[in-house]
Amino acid sequence: MCHVRMEQKTTAWKPSIWNNLGLSETLLAREYCLSGHPTLPCNVLKFKSTTIMLDCGLDMTSTLNFLPLPLVQSPRLSNLPGWSLKDGNAFLDKELKECSGHVFVDSVPEFCLPETELIDLSTVDVILISNYHCMMALPYITEHTGFTGTVYATEPTVQIGRLLMEELVNFIERVPKAQSASLWKNKDIQRLLPSPLKDAVEVSTWRRCYTMQEVNSALSKIQLVGYSQKIELFGAVQVTPLSSGYALGSSNWIIQSHYEKVSYVSGSSLLTTHPQPMDQASLKNSDVLILTGLTQIPTANPDSMVGEFCSNLALTVRNGGNVLVPCYPSGVIYDLLECLYQYIDSAGLSSIPFYFISPVANSSLEFSQIFAEWLCHNKQTKVYLPEPPFPHAELIQTNKLKHYPSIHGDFSNDFRQPCVVFTGHPSLRFGDVVHFMELWGKSSLNTVIFTEPDFSYLEALAPYQPLAMKCIYCPIDTRLNFIQVSKLLKEVQPLHVVCPEQYTQPPPAQSHRMDLMVDCQPPAMSYRRAEVLALPFKRRYEKIEIMPELADSLVPMEIKPGISLATVSAVLHTKDNKHVLQPPPRPTQPTGGKKRKRASDDIPDCKVLKPLLSGSIPVDQFVQTLEKHGFSDIKVEDTAKGHIVLLQEAETLIQIEEDSTHIICDDDEVLRVRLRDLVLKFLQKF
Amino acid sequence: MDPECARLLPALCDVLADPRQPVADDTCLEKLLDWFKAVTEAGSSLLLLQDHPCLVELLFHVLKPQDLSSRILSFVLRLAGIFAAQENCFQYLQQGELLPGLFGEPGPLGAAAWAAPSVRSGWIQGLHSLAQHPSALRFLADSGAVDTIFSLQGDPSLFVASAAGQLLVRVLDLALCGPAEGHISLQAWDWPACARKIVCHLEDCLRSEATPRVTQALHVLTTAFGHCHGLWTQGLWVQLSPLVARLLEKDPVPAPHALVDLLLSVARSSMLSSDPGLWETAAQTLSRLSPTQAGPLAAGILKLQDCPQALRIQAFGVLLQPLAFVLEATAQAPGMPGLLEGAAGDLMAVDTLPPSKSACVGLLCSALAHLELLQPLPQRPSPWPQAPLLAAVVAILRLCNGSAAPNSEAGGRLCAMLGGCVRVQRAALDFLGVLSQGLGPQELVTQVFAILLEYLVSPDSSPTVLKKAFQATLCWLLSSAAPPGCCDLEPYAQLVLGELLSVLRKRLCSPCWEVRDSGLEFLTQMTRHQGGQAGFRQALLASEVPELTRQLLQDPESYVRASAVAAVGQLSSWGLLAAPSSPEHAATPQKTPLEELLLVLTTDSEGFPRRAVMRVFTEWLRDGYADVAEDPERFVARVLQAASGDLDWEVRVQGLELALAFLEQLLGPCGPSAVAPPGALAQALQALCRVQLFEFAFRSLFDCDRPVAQKSCDLLLFLRAKAIPSSNSQEAGDGPDVTSVEAALRRWQAGEQGQPLGELAPEAVLAVLRSMDLEALQDTLAESSDHVERSPQSLLQDMLATVGVLGDNEADCY
Repeated sequence: MCHVRMEQKTTAWKPSIWNNLGLSETLLAREYCLSGHPTLPCNVLKFKSTTIMLDCGLDMTSTLNFLPLPLVQSPRLSNLPGWSLKDGNAFLDKELKECSGHVFVDSVPEFCLPETELIDLSTVDVILISNYHCMMALPYITEHTGFTGTVYATEPTVQIGRLLMEELVNFIERVPKAQSASLWKNKDIQRLLPSPLKDAVEVSTWRRCYTMQEVNSALSKIQLVGYSQKIELFGAVQVTPLSSGYALGSSNWIIQSHYEKVSYVSGSSLLTTHPQPMDQASLKNSDVLILTGLTQIPTANPDSMVGEFCSNLALTVRNGGNVLVPCYPSGVIYDLLECLYQYIDSAGLSSIPFYFISPVANSSLEFSQIFAEWLCHNKQTKVYLPEPPFPHAELIQTNKLKHYPSIHGDFSNDFRQPCVVFTGHPSLRFGDVVHFMELWGKSSLNTVIFTEPDFSYLEALAPYQPLAMKCIYCPIDTRLNFIQVSKLLKEVQPLHVVCPEQYTQPPPAQSHRMDLMVDCQPPAMSYRRAEVLALPFKRRYEKIEIMPELADSLVPMEIKPGISLATVSAVLHTKDNKHVLQPPPRPTQPTGGKKRKRASDDIPDCKVLKPLLSGSIPVDQFVQTLEKHGFSDIKVEDTAKGHIVLLQEAETLIQIEEDSTHIICDDDEVLRVRLRDLVLKFLQKF
Repeated sequence: MDPECARLLPALCDVLADPRQPVADDTCLEKLLDWFKAVTEAGSSLLLLQDHPCLVELLFHVLKPQDLSSRILSFVLRLAGIFAAQENCFQYLQQGELLPGLFGEPGPLGAAAWAAPSVRSGWIQGLHSLAQHPSALRFLADSGAVDTIFSLQGDPSLFVASAAGQLLVRVLDLALCGPAEGHISLQAWDWPACARKIVCHLEDCLRSEATPRVTQALHVLTTAFGHCHGLWTQGLWVQLSPLVARLLEKDPVPAPHALVDLLLSVARSSMLSSDPGLWETAAQTLSRLSPTQAGPLAAGILKLQDCPQALRIQAFGVLLQPLAFVLEATAQAPGMPGLLEGAAGDLMAVDTLPPSKSACVGLLCSALAHLELLQPLPQRPSPWPQAPLLAAVVAILRLCNGSAAPNSEAGGRLCAMLGGCVRVQRAALDFLGVLSQGLGPQELVTQVFAILLEYLVSPDSSPTVLKKAFQATLCWLLSSAAPPGCCDLEPYAQLVLGELLSVLRKRLCSPCWEVRDSGLEFLTQMTRHQGGQAGFRQALLASEVPELTRQLLQDPESYVRASAVAAVGQLSSWGLLAAPSSPEHAATPQKTPLEELLLVLTTDSEGFPRRAVMRVFTEWLRDGYADVAEDPERFVARVLQAASGDLDWEVRVQGLELALAFLEQLLGPCGPSAVAPPGALAQALQALCRVQLFEFAFRSLFDCDRPVAQKSCDLLLFLRAKAIPSSNSQEAGDGPDVTSVEAALRRWQAGEQGQPLGELAPEAVLAVLRSMDLEALQDTLAESSDHVERSPQSLLQDMLATVGVLGDNEADCY
């Protein structure tokens, strides 16, 4: 097969090919935004007849509206007063409880799903996952929408994603709650509720947590991929995951056809933490770069926050207090443990026990040690020594760090105070953290340190008020900040940037901070939840292969140095998004007309081809030629597209444009032919 | 020249003239030149050359066509210049046509060697040395050297170009100074031809369109007005100042930095500063140059003792302009007095800052630095706009930490440019600290403390910024104790202190050692100044800071341990180191601070904490710290024992310092006469013997580290002055037998330090002190340790030896 790129400069080719293919529908790429949360994205990209879902994030901030699920009976929570309307109507008092001026739903927590009405999700061909935080809605999509496609993700993403889902399901299922509140969701009633319940969006679509069965089924649809692996989708596009530097196995994706490239950047980091560094070079030459998952706390420098974390931890423990760190079972916790490993001896904290409590604590700590190929260079080299890449192995060996599946069982025997406890869930609505908040909240010696940036710490703490324990907010978000984004964009130079609308304006609380937004030229296009965006590029070219025998038969003519043209008569064959020019069938020899021909055997009507013309007509020389041939009183007018030569005497008009020439005269065929021949003198024929 | 050097000289000249024996080390040649310079300054060069014909031969040798290295050629050119600086020697060398051969056309000037910058540099320096007398001037004029110097001004080597400029100034000075100076006309066209030629050249350069030529001329003029003080400089300025002023008409102004240097040089010259045209040009320059370029000129003008008030106002305006812009861009509401109002009127429009971040940051930093230097000067502008300056610095700091919320577009841009900029933060905090000397309206002072606290609290403050913030806070807290030094802090400062101590508590737990260190330094300083104030004591004792400080004595970082030692020393001096309250420590008896620091002194593996302990101990002894005053003898004995065995010489010096303090307590302070009364003396000597001070002092006298020996010498001299009346110093008649002591000392001197001294009686000490020539020892010690190696004889020997070694190596290679 020979590959010929059809880079037609003449306009004659393109329309005919596109029209023949009937592809005008797919010229535009579209993006459907299904999530309003910029760091938990869920977008669908329609590109070249494929429908690709980019990430599947689950917005869990909805759970902040619910009461915490205590592991052991909490008299405080169960005795909270019911909420009643201003007029004293108490019909909601079973569903809504009041705590320190805030109203909470007393029910199993529910999550805000990605938009399901904007596009028929059963038409999604593939789902690309960029990191384990961005796949938490997967079971909702794969199990309840008729989805039949494939999900692509790296191995650590799947394994750690599974842990996160398992933990979530475990947290919620082990505290069964009989009650399910739905009255408050009625639109007429919701209007009467106090904020933030009043303002909660799409509450009718909120769903309870999935089951482990659904998780397993969803995960079974995932196909594992490695960085830089090229995956063909229906011959139309190729997708490739690239290291994004944010978490173990986290990826950015390149979605490209032969002539177009879309980069999907989601949750990337340029800091040196544990994962492999970000691959920036492969993002170059993108037509469109979709930018999501930037840092949620652009003003907090992760290094400073780690310092703050350590100082506050040491201060509390030295005073005999306990430290509670609500966290996910994977991710930043690895880096925090590493910092503490270096810090505890120098701060004289060697005797303080560190507890990591999660149903998946053990697996998380062990998984992190076996994904060597996904780690940064420093950690990879340790494996060859051989040493465990993360120092938490040593902390465990020396009994400084102990891990337990829950507070029940061994933990209660080993528990010693003062201590530091890492446990979930960061929303403080379920998981073992609820127990510690109840246990330690009353003493001002204790401190809760928030490191996960996904939840507002004030909202997370609301159902625990009044609270005596100290609260420290040290959000550690290693994802790109706006300065890094601006450097990245300068480096990779995409033609267009598309991002959530939150990134195109300064944060509402700091409207003067023009530095806290994406700044690029041309300005970034923005999208919001439930919006469809036509991506700002048109596909101009399509790759077509020419069969060798057809290519052999071509006779190129050099029309300009380096540019040759040949006329091609062929049949265009299109299958699986691949286009092949095949030689036309030989004209069958006339067989005397005895056999009846079937209509399908008809040879396409090959009209007698007129020679093709090329070149341009220099107006001055043309006028001189006309004068030489006896025309006088010639006037030339410039038009937007070219020139008009007026032969006033002959009442004739010659319109010369870039790609056409018209001779307009009054039925004087002789004159027209004479003029045509003069025009043709200036053009090449082939 | 001493005979040994004279003996070595011919061999050395042979070596230098021999291209096969390259001199490896340039510094030897430099030292050799220094030596010749010293020799010729002390005596006649002519006699020197006559006595040592080898030198003349060396000079002539260069004239022969051969392959001499460029460094030898350069050396000979410079050497010839040094000899020819004396007129009779110049003429002697002229007789042999040596000088034209070296410095004229036939010399290296036209040869391939000229390509080496060192040769061109040697040529210039040689001429610079010889340009001392009228004969030299004639020589320069006749040989065409001046034209060569003109061309060398544009030399690619900056050293050569700069030296060429300086040589031009030297020639001008030579032509116009001297005995005939009184007759020199102020009109440059009446000057000698050579000077006229240079002036014409400078005029051409100043008129030139090529900026490098303008720069050259400006550099020459700057040097001339900066270094020469002859009357002629006035004439030169009169002649050239119109051309300088005309530079300002060009757009852009060429060579702005050189122009600023020139104007400042003229303004500082007492001969020229009376020219009103100068101030006019300076004023024009201030308004024509960009704020960044004009900054140094403005700062220079404001430092001048005497200059027109209008110009000072204008210059101050230039420095204030960036801050005024910030103030305007961040103003929340109109009505706040602007910085430039009153100071510069509306001479300067507050328009824009540079568009690029780096230029904007550079401008702000330099403005802040200039103002910081200006503030303490007596000639600083008056009235000093303290309040608007404070407001501007606070605004800058707010822009840097993102807490400003300006409404204007310019403010938004500033916010984006300055956000997180450590350079600006440091400069602003430095300036803020200096501004504490002037105070300000209460409302602004409150803002100052608020922003300082923000910086101290913010986890984003980098360690260096944090250190500056601590320093500035200290300045403001101390200045707000009114009246100074005798009263408690102002009520608002007291409030700040509470918050400050809570921040400090956290900072002392920082994982970053620089932060812990600056926290401790702040605590030490604060305690030193405020340790006696009830408010401060109360706040400090209520915080956990003292206990944390004590814990930091075990910090893994030695700098932090050293700072913790200093802090513990201060805290316990003021009785602020309370026993820990935590129950786990209650069972075990708590060590006293003295015991803790002694433990550091005897066990710490690093020098810094041990030195810090010694400083604290000396201070405690001087100030009569309670634990020490209880039994000073025991204290001194323990400390000296630890210090004498320390490997760190600074600890040993500190030990001697402590011993001196002890001596002063026993015998009275250092004074001109003051021999101690016999009774007290006997007691004191007994005590000194008991603490084994003498063993430590005598041992230190022969310490391998010179500062220790010097210190010990000083100490013993002090003791001798106190103990032995000067009339009695030579009396050694019927004293006790000290032969064994002297024998031990001799062995120590020989390096056998292990030898014990044995029991020393006071009488024996006095006898040893009498018999020792401490003055001679002091003189020997005062000479630098390389005084033997630095002699010219040693230099010549070294050079000859190196050449010999080189030869050996060559042989080895075969």
